[in-house]
Amino acid sequence: MTSATAHRDHPETAAEFVANDARAHWHDQSLWFVRARRDKASQTLPEWEELRERASKVKLHTMSRMADYLEQFERNAIALGAQVHWARTPAEHNEIVLGIIQKHNATRVVKSKSMLTEECHLNPFLERNGVVVTDTDLGEWIVQLRNEPPSHIVMPAIHIKKEEIGELFHDLLGTEKGATDPPYLVNAARQKLREQFLNAEIGLTGVNFAIAETGGFVVCTNEGNADLGVSLPKVHIACMGIEKIIPKAADLGYFLRLLGRSATGQPITTYSSHFHGPRPGGELHIILVDNGRSNILASPEFRRSLNCIRCGACMNTCPVYRRSGGHSYSTTVPGPIGSILAPTRDAQEHASLPFACSLCGSCTDVCPVKIDLHNQLLTWRRELALKFLVPFDKRLGMSLAAAVFARPWLYRVGGAIARRVFPWLPRMLVYNRWNPWGRQRELPEMPAQSFRALYARRKRNHKVPSDQKPASR
Amino acid sequence: MTISARDSILGSIRRHLPEAAERPGHDGPWIQYPDPLSQFASVLEAIGGRCVRVKDVAEINQDLATFPVYAAARMMVSLVPGAGRSVREMANVADPHELADVDLAILPGDFAVAENAAVWVTDAAVKHRVIYFLSQHLALVVSAGQVVHNLHEAYARLTFDAARFGAFIAGPSKTADIEQSLVIGAHGPRSMTVYLME
Ligand code: SF4
Repeated sequence: MTSATAHRDHPETAAEFVANDARAHWHDQSLWFVRARRDKASQTLPEWEELRERASKVKLHTMSRMADYLEQFERNAIALGAQVHWARTPAEHNEIVLGIIQKHNATRVVKSKSMLTEECHLNPFLERNGVVVTDTDLGEWIVQLRNEPPSHIVMPAIHIKKEEIGELFHDLLGTEKGATDPPYLVNAARQKLREQFLNAEIGLTGVNFAIAETGGFVVCTNEGNADLGVSLPKVHIACMGIEKIIPKAADLGYFLRLLGRSATGQPITTYSSHFHGPRPGGELHIILVDNGRSNILASPEFRRSLNCIRCGACMNTCPVYRRSGGHSYSTTVPGPIGSILAPTRDAQEHASLPFACSLCGSCTDVCPVKIDLHNQLLTWRRELALKFLVPFDKRLGMSLAAAVFARPWLYRVGGAIARRVFPWLPRMLVYNRWNPWGRQRELPEMPAQSFRALYARRKRNHKVPSDQKPASR
Repeated sequence: MTISARDSILGSIRRHLPEAAERPGHDGPWIQYPDPLSQFASVLEAIGGRCVRVKDVAEINQDLATFPVYAAARMMVSLVPGAGRSVREMANVADPHELADVDLAILPGDFAVAENAAVWVTDAAVKHRVIYFLSQHLALVVSAGQVVHNLHEAYARLTFDAARFGAFIAGPSKTADIEQSLVIGAHGPRSMTVYLME
């Protein structure tokens, strides 16, 4: 159920982010830049839509036979010499990881990016048990050093400025004070993390795709950190949600073509590594985690959210995410997909997230596996209303609106009064705490006439001269 | 009797299975390029790599001679007969950690993909797979006849019937984690050259 710490709703956390106007715009721009790169990359392939269609179908097919495919994967992975573990909950997952580490009397673990281990809060658990975990994806490492969670699933440190990273590195790595040059900072991190790679006893990775047909799995990175992390130490632990399963290696043709292009606009990630069994003399452990996923399968409305390949495109395009920052969602996976997944775990705690959406539908347009994100968010709003989890002011506003819309005369009179009165009201009266819409923006100007009046006049004049037709935009 | 996590997860999935949905096949049409070799070269360049067309090993050596990294490299591994000079013999390396000081590795690649400039490599060729990621600079030698158009053609050639490691490598290691500035040489190789050899 709800955690002990007081949970805060999205509007409240977002308000803190927007309070710094310049930074909010900078964040918005950075992500829009990535979104534009995605558009360009998708346009290089005439078969883009066909790829999305096939990828989506592969996922839906896999779901319809999920248990068989997981069993097939397990069988084949074991035949290749891997050890397969199953975990219902984050706690079970964390215990399994710790068990493997302790069996090897190890204390130094290098980890490459994995949203699943974030979801399980693995790092703090291991640290409490005396294990030193180093996140080796540069962005993840930066947020780890700052003691905060990632704010984006592909670009964990997208919210941090280079000046801040320069200061952090100066304090912790002894880089020059005031240095902000990215190549210089990256190089400093490279030196430090090389030591960690060479000293690690265990390498831990996530899994992008697990192949039932072969018993192998694929990990995608740009930095090569996953590969360094698991090719030096003898033990590799791979943690995956059960929805990462796909039937055949050939299906990767769809997913790898879509993933990099959707995520950052690259034609493919720099490294797409296929692991089939442990390396000679090594050990490979694969942990399959449920944590609520099998329940999502049961729901026709939200099942498709399990298609997600975690490319982050829906976040990059989302006008709310871009302007409110990943941390404002208070979940491991933020943005549109996170706002669907989080309430499936705990509807009460995350009730504000499906409302952090303008229903513009842009996420649905860019999603490479055709998740109908904005529809699902709308469905969530209805479910939450049925569960009485919609906050009082929203419910009040909605019932007021419903009452007005049900009485056309009231709507007309209200509109007429508003048009007269609003332009004369002092700002204080309009922009107050009862008008959340006007918090970070101006209300539109009141028109002189209502739409109804304009329409009536237009009908009277009957023939509309062409220069009065609305300009196309 | 306690039920295992495995049985409980599989049971929960089976109780919730959605209706059957058909599995799509892998047939195309997928993109074809008039000149896959130059497509490969231009994509590789765009992602920070370097593509050099050569006729034979002698031409690789000629190019290496003009490559500052090669002149400066103290520790080298070459598994392409005749290309560059091998200072350390892979056969004598027992522990992958011993490869920490490799400046340049010249290694064979199985085949390449024009659409995304990825080269397929495996551990069968190199003994310690970490060499692809740990060396400061990487050069892969691929036969020019082994360039396929797209990733679907690539998977059509791959089999995974023995325990092994394989990877698509597309360009040098990179990161954009500091304010979206692209920096080449994150943890892995700081440069990647692909020799397409006739
Ligand atoms: S929901 Fe779609 S767009 Fe969003 S991260 Fe998942 S796959 Fe990408």
